[in-house]
Amino acid sequence: MCLALPGKLIEITHGTEGSATGIVNYGGLKKSVDLSFVPEALINQYVLVHAGFAISVLDKDEAQASLDAFRELDEQNNTQ
Amino acid sequence: MKYVDEFRDAAAVRHAIDTIAGIATRPWNIMEICGGQTHSIMRHGLHELLPDNIHLLHGPGCPVCVTPAEKIDQAIAIAMQENTVLCSYGDMLRVPGNNRSLLDCKALGADVRVIYSPTEAVDIALSEPEKQIILFAIGFETTAPGNAAAIRKAKLQQVENFSALVCQVTVPAAIDALLGNNDFEIDGFLAAGHVCTIMGFHQYYHLAEKYQVPIVITGFEPLDILAGIEKCVLQLESGQHSVENAYARYVTEQGNQPAQDLLQEVFQLDDQTWRGIGVMPNSGLSLNKSYRYFDAEQRFSTVLGDLDLSMSKPVNEACQSGLVLQGKIKPDECPLFGKQCRPDKPLGATMVSSEGACAAYYRYAAS
Ligand code: SF4
Repeated sequence: MCLALPGKLIEITHGTEGSATGIVNYGGLKKSVDLSFVPEALINQYVLVHAGFAISVLDKDEAQASLDAFRELDEQNNTQ
Repeated sequence: MKYVDEFRDAAAVRHAIDTIAGIATRPWNIMEICGGQTHSIMRHGLHELLPDNIHLLHGPGCPVCVTPAEKIDQAIAIAMQENTVLCSYGDMLRVPGNNRSLLDCKALGADVRVIYSPTEAVDIALSEPEKQIILFAIGFETTAPGNAAAIRKAKLQQVENFSALVCQVTVPAAIDALLGNNDFEIDGFLAAGHVCTIMGFHQYYHLAEKYQVPIVITGFEPLDILAGIEKCVLQLESGQHSVENAYARYVTEQGNQPAQDLLQEVFQLDDQTWRGIGVMPNSGLSLNKSYRYFDAEQRFSTVLGDLDLSMSKPVNEACQSGLVLQGKIKPDECPLFGKQCRPDKPLGATMVSSEGACAAYYRYAAS
């Protein structure tokens, strides 16, 4: 039930009282999302979406850092 | 999909498993809180790939499973009224209350509608002003801000025919209760990553300290889960017990401030009954004073007052979903599992909900 999916924010529309909605592209499937909880989100960033609300903006550096950690691990294992 | 597929890479998964096998010298019981993580573990077969000394215990983090039967009975009683529309997340429909499910009452003619986003319920209220629209607002902290946003929208737009039947549960109180009950051992926790995107993880420091357990914020993809387990095992092997973040691409220590502000505005902490477990203090959210106007329990108090809860009995007394939810038994240790109890004729909520541990075992292990 707490499932959330990442998608790329491709459109932002600002509404009243700081509210905003956007369009998120999930690998081809595009859906509208409420951006009220991520006012800092920018076009082309990845957001994590749950029940129609974006709840977090992807930190690309952190994503890369975890992937690098796995890759390092991979290389260590291969050279052992 | 980008930022999903990379975290499922098969070679990296194998190497992460090898690393864990290399560092785990003793048996460790590690509980993943969230049903979504249980599902991912079973789906990707991680429980079978992990070394035998790593025991994964499945936690109570399935909101559909822990919603009390009485709450479902209330939803049904309201839905059966003339001119009402009960809006619910899809997972909730098949779960039986004490007698029947929302799906049963839909078959009897009640207007029960499945929504994807909670604000849809407010939109329905605006377009069908002659009816009463009720949002069945269940979920953990991940879902609570959306529910709060819907309720706030109704207040701002003065939507008189909208109300919410609230059954919101919170994770830290559940961890506290599980650890406080000392008849079995949990060595470490994988905290639910998406709950933490909202709440951050500062509230776990005192729990890690109080019970001397590592708590690792963990995501949902196979590599995320293995990274969480690895960090947890590293701490356990070296006698540490701190809070660590293995899901830093989405989770910060402070969490999502606008969402927390909204929760604060609409809800208050309250005692909450968890199905199969019982009442846990401060483990839920209820509407606070300024939003109580939208409380469906009050609005339909005459209908609900007639509910004969004294008649309530467990759907099936042999069902052990309470023990499953607390990680005390594995689903396949239940004598009814896969025999009398299957997803097509579930006896307990953990088999009904697609995220329930019994359903995950049936779907991925029994096949
Ligand atoms: S297998 Fe069925 S009867 Fe057994 S605990 Fe799970 S839901 Fe209950």
